[in-house]
Amino acid sequence: MTAALLTWAIFVAQFLLGLAMACATFRLIRGPRAQDRVLGLDTLYLNAMLLLLTFGIRSGSTLYFEAALVMALLGFVATAALAKFLMRGEVIE
Amino acid sequence: MTHAAELPGWAALLTALFLLLGAALAFTGSVGLLRFRTFYERVHAPTLGTTLGLGCVLIASMIAFSALQSRPVLHEVLIAICVTVTTPITLMLLTRAALYRDRREGSDYVPTRAPRPNDH
Repeated sequence: MTAALLTWAIFVAQFLLGLAMACATFRLIRGPRAQDRVLGLDTLYLNAMLLLLTFGIRSGSTLYFEAALVMALLGFVATAALAKFLMRGEVIE
Repeated sequence: MTHAAELPGWAALLTALFLLLGAALAFTGSVGLLRFRTFYERVHAPTLGTTLGLGCVLIASMIAFSALQSRPVLHEVLIAICVTVTTPITLMLLTRAALYRDRREGSDYVPTRAPRPNDH
């Protein structure tokens, strides 16, 4: 009974996170200005990380956790570099 | 789904609860990204996912793996610390860049430079 509940909950969570990624992708593509696109990319990174953690719970392996950790670090570096680029016109001065 | 039956009932229930809550919060934050009108309102929305949503999903993951391996599994705290420390930095950098760009363009929407003590 509870195993079926967990399976169902994981499915619904994956569906919701997929929809959230679709929203972020929409903002990434349509965003009227560059900062909106960067914000969309940041949200996309975060939702993908949550989706990976959900995959990890589903499969019971800690491999997904390490991918999620790498994704968290990459998301930080990407957004910080893009914000720096929008501010100054170059990333490394 | 081979291992879901191995989880004890309470762990499966708590995992399902926290997972649904976290996914719903992240989804709400992303919908806010679509529905707010200006960038400065929009930048607030995804933080719902980065704080509460991420926290709930990580708690669910911790409960599930602790019950599966019958020992406390706490390495999810690493992600929590990393994201909690970095999100305010990135979003503040991004907002400052947006404000700078809007002021350079002379947009009517943003106020001009804040007064400084030396101004007369």
